[in-house]
Amino acid sequence: MNEMTPQVRCKVTTPATPLIALGDIAAITRRYIMHFWRVPQLLVFSIIQPIMFVLLFRYVFGGAINVPGGSYVDYLMPGIFVQTALFGGAGTSIGLAFDLKGGIIDRFRTLPMARSAVLAGRTTADLVRNVMVIVIMLIVGTLVGFRFHGGLGNDILGVLLVLAFGYAFSWLYATIGLLVKDPETAQMAGFLPLFPLVFASSAFVPVETMPSWLRAFAEHQPVSLAVNSCRALFNAQPAWGYIWQLLIWIAAICVIFIPLAVRAYRRA
Amino acid sequence: MIEVVGVKKAFGATVALDGVDLTAEAGRVIALLGPNGAGKTTLVRVLTTLLRPDEGWAKVAGFDVIKDAVSLRSCIGLAGQYAAVDEMLTGRENLELVGRLYHLDKVERRQRATEVLELFDLSDAADRQVKTYSGGMRRRLDVGASLVGRPPVLILDEPTTGLDPRSRLDLWQFIESLVNDGTTILLTTQYLEEADRLAHQVVVLDSGKVIAAGTSDQLKDQLGGDMVEARVEREDQFDAAVTIMSGLDDGAPQIDAPQRRISIPTRNGPKTLMTAARLLDEKGIELDDLALHRPSLDDVFLALTGHVAEQEVDPGVPTIPPSRRRTRGRTT
Repeated sequence: MNEMTPQVRCKVTTPATPLIALGDIAAITRRYIMHFWRVPQLLVFSIIQPIMFVLLFRYVFGGAINVPGGSYVDYLMPGIFVQTALFGGAGTSIGLAFDLKGGIIDRFRTLPMARSAVLAGRTTADLVRNVMVIVIMLIVGTLVGFRFHGGLGNDILGVLLVLAFGYAFSWLYATIGLLVKDPETAQMAGFLPLFPLVFASSAFVPVETMPSWLRAFAEHQPVSLAVNSCRALFNAQPAWGYIWQLLIWIAAICVIFIPLAVRAYRRA
Repeated sequence: MIEVVGVKKAFGATVALDGVDLTAEAGRVIALLGPNGAGKTTLVRVLTTLLRPDEGWAKVAGFDVIKDAVSLRSCIGLAGQYAAVDEMLTGRENLELVGRLYHLDKVERRQRATEVLELFDLSDAADRQVKTYSGGMRRRLDVGASLVGRPPVLILDEPTTGLDPRSRLDLWQFIESLVNDGTTILLTTQYLEEADRLAHQVVVLDSGKVIAAGTSDQLKDQLGGDMVEARVEREDQFDAAVTIMSGLDDGAPQIDAPQRRISIPTRNGPKTLMTAARLLDEKGIELDDLALHRPSLDDVFLALTGHVAEQEVDPGVPTIPPSRRRTRGRTT
């Protein structure tokens, strides 16, 4: 047998302490935020779409939609916030599929970094982007007549719930992106579940006018619950009946999709 | 430094690795030679903890690829087949990101990034986004990124595929200098020339099995060394030419009648070539071509397996055919 002299000069940093893991997550988050920064047109387009929805529903359909109490614009904007947070999450799946295809995920997986860092970093970056987009949508909403009526605490809670909801969905999107492994497919696959969830919901119209079978779906699905929670908070109406259901949905999505995404990442 | 024992890996019904054993000593270059689909990349993925073997075990720098995967990752650098760099970031940002993920402190990672950029002649482009880089520059940055952590073991999967000849030569020189500094390198290649130039030890893979291993000299001896090849101009002189060529050396000639081509393995290339020229000339045989060939990968495969290397066409990776690769007997 030949003698093996493992002259290991490498600095082994194991196991990753929480502090090191946080550093890794920060490094990856920073990388993705730099992407948003370097490709500002992506951010611009992700804002144009919800702005068009605001204009469309505020000025074209809004007049024909009757909502119980209050103005339609106050009814509409919580729906827009939730929709924006969800559509933004689709970027998670496209970005991860792109990285996977390009081989950089392989590089990350061979580095002595925390295993959770790529996914946690990406979803955190998407959260940061959602904050920016929602701030812009708040400004747009204000310009077309939207006003908060819930008091500071309620209004902030409403926005936080929208962000938490979007964050949970980022993990669902991460799973999709890692499983389909192709940016174009990820885009198509990512938007697919959004249309029934966003349009068969209380985001733009009251569910009372829907046929009973659809209404049963619309009342209990998570997008409606997020919109209803937010709308009730912004309008100083009783909201907790919706909020606890929404929190269960958020928790369920995380419990299911965080492990699935991590598994898909390990096997990618 | 690298030990692989009985490693098997299958993807469904496709057996990628079928019981591979190999050992690479510290401070040496080991080359995995084989065509596309031979299992080279699968083995690289096992050694870099990207894939778990179904059977067998492997250790790199003393760490088991499954049990000590986390520690192992601190000791290796990988440059895969695709340039795994971030197009949106600059070259320097890419290297500093990798440094950060190796947990180097700020001063250290800046310094390493600058060193690597200089080493790979990328200093001028350091602060440009990678999407403006040429293919060769990306590849160099990719290999450079694997060095940021100064790993004692470097694993390079087809490092020169897609490089222009000059960059290729530069990279070879660089690999040699790393080895002089004590780095252990495992590289995969489709080019015998590359293995010949760099590797202390060559392992030939085919269909997931090691079919030959040794120094490149040993491998070439197995092949009978160089080949003298003649292409006869006139059909009616072909048989006479075959007789002359067959008598030149001990090995059996390879005869390709439709192309009127005869090749014979030889241990003393120049002398055999001159003898062939003299004898063929004496008989007045007219030739299209008479040449001395170094063995190509095709020859290695033909000799070792009796079949021609299967070439998968991968549109993602442009390949440079070895300059003297012949078309004889190729199925594509």
